[in-house]
Amino acid sequence: MKWFRRPSSAPLWKDEFSVFTADERYVNRRQFTKFLTMTSFAMFAGNLWVLARSLVRRAPVYPAQPVAALGELPVGGSKTFFYPTSAEPCILVRTAAESYAAYSQKCTHLSCAVYYEKESNRLACPCHQGYFAVVDGAPIQGPPQRALPRVRLENKDGQLVATGMEGEQV
Amino acid sequence: MFGMEFYVDPSRCIGCQACLKACEECETHRGVSMINFDFVDRPETIATAAYVCWHCDNPTCAQVCPADAIKKYDDGIVGSSLKPRCIGCSNCVLACPFGIPKLIPEYEQMMKCDMCYDRTSVGKRPMCATVCPSQALAYVTPETIAATRREKPVNTFWFGEQKITTKVYMMAPAATDSVSIDVADYTWEGEHEVVPQAF
Repeated sequence: MKWFRRPSSAPLWKDEFSVFTADERYVNRRQFTKFLTMTSFAMFAGNLWVLARSLVRRAPVYPAQPVAALGELPVGGSKTFFYPTSAEPCILVRTAAESYAAYSQKCTHLSCAVYYEKESNRLACPCHQGYFAVVDGAPIQGPPQRALPRVRLENKDGQLVATGMEGEQV
Repeated sequence: MFGMEFYVDPSRCIGCQACLKACEECETHRGVSMINFDFVDRPETIATAAYVCWHCDNPTCAQVCPADAIKKYDDGIVGSSLKPRCIGCSNCVLACPFGIPKLIPEYEQMMKCDMCYDRTSVGKRPMCATVCPSQALAYVTPETIAATRREKPVNTFWFGEQKITTKVYMMAPAATDSVSIDVADYTWEGEHEVVPQAF
């Protein structure tokens, strides 16, 4: 079957209903059904591929990275850093004297950078007035529906070390 | 198909009509023979000629069909008319230079030889070729024909200005390259000539 019609003086019906079955351009019911079947089969195979990939995917390995010294930030202070790669900005907040929290800085709505709003003790996204709780990164207000990915922190000899991400959407 | 070709040699025909009966046996058109069988010159001779559809490379019957009912398939076979499409208009009957298609009035449908497509497409020989005792209708390899016949297989025909090349071969004298048929001369009846009757 030829998919493209060469310019010719022959009328269209002679092409569509050619005497030679190999040259027929008219898409008949059987060809259309075949096309539908093959397409749905391809979609099914694609879904299987996605399923297989999600089954064999390994948990990502995160590097340990020192973020700040314990007394570096005042209570209510914040600091940005990049973790786990240099392209992913994160924000560290000292919420109380002995309490720290760190989150990915990308708003889960449209990836604007969130900042710490000290007065209301929440993380704010300036783009669309989205707000996140400092305690767990859950969305409070505005368009974002998902919580901010949280950075796991460990205290190693007076040094805050980032060891991994939680709740990251891949 | 499968390296086999169809060869027709009317000079070998002994008039037994086994091909007609064998063709009638076929399941796809039981009871109706698709063989064209002619008494060549009945008052003068007992000579007969049996032949099948020639399966032209550019089939005139299909070109004139207004209902797209006659198709030439990828392996060179020109099929009989497709039953849901054929409107029984007889265009093909009138147009075919060989006079092959037949309109079957009971079915209001044209039927013609499709070289036993159900058999040849799976490597079997057509019904007529399996029974022909003199192999006037032969379905063999070109090597077999070259080794067993003096005649030369020809598949080019001239009907006046119309040149036709076919899938089926006619066995012709060794010096022949094409068969020219002067239809007007053939149909001229003369003053007292009796028209040969086609079967």
